[in-house]
Amino acid sequence: MAATFKQDDDSVVVIVGSGAGGGTLGNELAQKGVNVVILEAGARHEFESFINDEWASFAQLAWTDMRTTSGSWRVHKNFPNLPAWIVKSVGGSTTHWAGASLRFQEHEFRAATTYGKLKGANLMDWPITLAEMEPYYARAEEKMGVTRTNGLPGLPGNNNFKVMKAGADKLGYKECHTGNMAINSVQRDNRNSCQQTGFCFQGCKWGAKWSTLYTEIPKGEATGHLEVRPDCHVARIEHDASGKVTGVVYFDKNGKEQRQKARIVAVAGNSIESPRLLLNSESSKFRHGLANSSGQVGRNYMRHMTASVYATFEKPVHMYRGTTMAGIIRDEARHDPKRGFVGGYEMETLSLGVPFMAAFLDPGAWGRSFTSAMDDYANTAGLWIVGEDMPQESNRITLSDKKDKFGLRVADVHFDDHPNDVAMRNHAWGQGKALYEAVGAIRTLPTPPYPSTHNLGTNRMSANPRDGVVNKWGQTHDIKNLFVSDGSQFTTGGAENPTLTIVSLAIRQAEYIADQMKKNAI
Amino acid sequence: MDDHHEHAHKADISRRRFIARSALGIAGIAIAPGALLNASEAWGLEVAALKPETMKTLVLIARDIYPHDRIADRYYAIAMKEYETKSASDPALKKQVEAFVARLDKSAGAGGYLGKGWEAERVALLQKASGDPMFEKIRSGLVVSLYNQKDVWPIFGYEGESFSKGGYINRGFDDIDWL
Repeated sequence: MAATFKQDDDSVVVIVGSGAGGGTLGNELAQKGVNVVILEAGARHEFESFINDEWASFAQLAWTDMRTTSGSWRVHKNFPNLPAWIVKSVGGSTTHWAGASLRFQEHEFRAATTYGKLKGANLMDWPITLAEMEPYYARAEEKMGVTRTNGLPGLPGNNNFKVMKAGADKLGYKECHTGNMAINSVQRDNRNSCQQTGFCFQGCKWGAKWSTLYTEIPKGEATGHLEVRPDCHVARIEHDASGKVTGVVYFDKNGKEQRQKARIVAVAGNSIESPRLLLNSESSKFRHGLANSSGQVGRNYMRHMTASVYATFEKPVHMYRGTTMAGIIRDEARHDPKRGFVGGYEMETLSLGVPFMAAFLDPGAWGRSFTSAMDDYANTAGLWIVGEDMPQESNRITLSDKKDKFGLRVADVHFDDHPNDVAMRNHAWGQGKALYEAVGAIRTLPTPPYPSTHNLGTNRMSANPRDGVVNKWGQTHDIKNLFVSDGSQFTTGGAENPTLTIVSLAIRQAEYIADQMKKNAI
Repeated sequence: MDDHHEHAHKADISRRRFIARSALGIAGIAIAPGALLNASEAWGLEVAALKPETMKTLVLIARDIYPHDRIADRYYAIAMKEYETKSASDPALKKQVEAFVARLDKSAGAGGYLGKGWEAERVALLQKASGDPMFEKIRSGLVVSLYNQKDVWPIFGYEGESFSKGGYINRGFDDIDWL
């Protein structure tokens, strides 16, 4: 039975957000007997209600509350109020994500040491190592049912994968397979296996793809130690005279202001909302926002170096059939500065339906060059490239002068590519083009980054409180009972899709929080 | 149905937020009686708020922006219908639309935009107009209102919803035979 806690119960842990970080942390704490209230800004849509229709699903799940953008990135020009394609719903972006579950490489935890000094890049080593993370990665893989781990078979390859694989073989790539996916390749955990439906981004109507919505959250609720309150938008975190946080103020479904007391607050609203919340929680004691003595809250916003390549062929591909992210090439993920950039990138199949293809293929484009590509939709294969982008202090989340319906200042997302990002993207576009041409592509199209799905690094982890917002446990340097539990903790981004690392950090953080509570240290 | 309606309404709102400068959704609303546009074809669009020539020009502009030779005019008309419906209750929009078409006609010279018989000539005019905020508004709305019509998806070979058919696990997810 799901618990209900009183709003003046100051013994609970309050978690803001129910996605990969917040949903996992909530369940892990509940399993240890810790009482948890998760406040989620979005509604609770169970997976049966997901919609196999891109725009309709976007309306159901996406975070479309006002945000503003600035900077030289093309998203600012084409989608000025949609910097990120992420979710406002119970389960957060784990409803929308593709399922790719990759561990960071060892050197990616030591980016500053490995890459050296790069002008304009605010590189830093993580205060943790791969060796420390490995046991937690293993637990996350087991929890999520990641394919090709724990004896779970890989998913079968769809048409889009087969085109990629044929091209990879021609280019001599060695590590190309159907991925390490948190999508059931066999029935497990009382959930279906993948039926190759092709709407992974719209929420899996089979429940085959791992999402906190129908794994962590109901499991946590079953302990009687977890309450999830949907439609609750947290406005600010409050603190006492000593600087310890005491609870949060939020707006409920009816727009009514409410207050939930807390022993501990963990922020997991994704890398745009989390720093926004800390900044909006400014007080006479913390004039620049909570946990911001370093001035780093909101800074070093990363979104991964991304781009896509679509290729048209003489004969049909039907890329939209089956798993959206149906395969991966990892050969370019290595660090090899001979290519003209530091860090690496993954190549992963991706497909969009006709409505989103039209919106994203070349935003703003029109005329026959564009429409002839759309005409060849059925004969098109596609892949996404995702690589490590450089943290830059000036890429940041700040508070805009615009306000939302609650009167809270919205987030402005400023982003400029680093020259390393540009060099990596050009290399990746070239490799994608070569790959598809090797199997007979008639035309290849470089597609610019979509609104960000991987939002990282705005409350970064650092050994020294001067350099970042949280310590190696995601605990803020400034306030002992305030934690950050999402991708905003990332010191650097790595090349890999971030969810597995977010989940692993949440499992690890839950152990730390429970232990500290037991010792009465917080 | 209420649920569906609410979704459609919500979809409308987020589309508008999503597509940068598009102030228009794509909901279809009954049109007041008036001049019947293109009655000789399978589709008829009654025009009351806008001048009939304006609506006709908008439909041709839509085709010239996103030309698909296998897509019939009626789909472009459906995609542009909102300008007629919204103009009925939004005089500012009506004024903007009429002014934009008038500017295009002026730059086309005698016979106006509709008088230019060749696509290349019309596209040249659109290219000149592409910095016009109204052009961008039309284009960014159209990229949704045209490509989000379920009836045009089969023309592109896109099959849409698949959950109700059990996905593609037994329906060709891996049927490629030419590699």
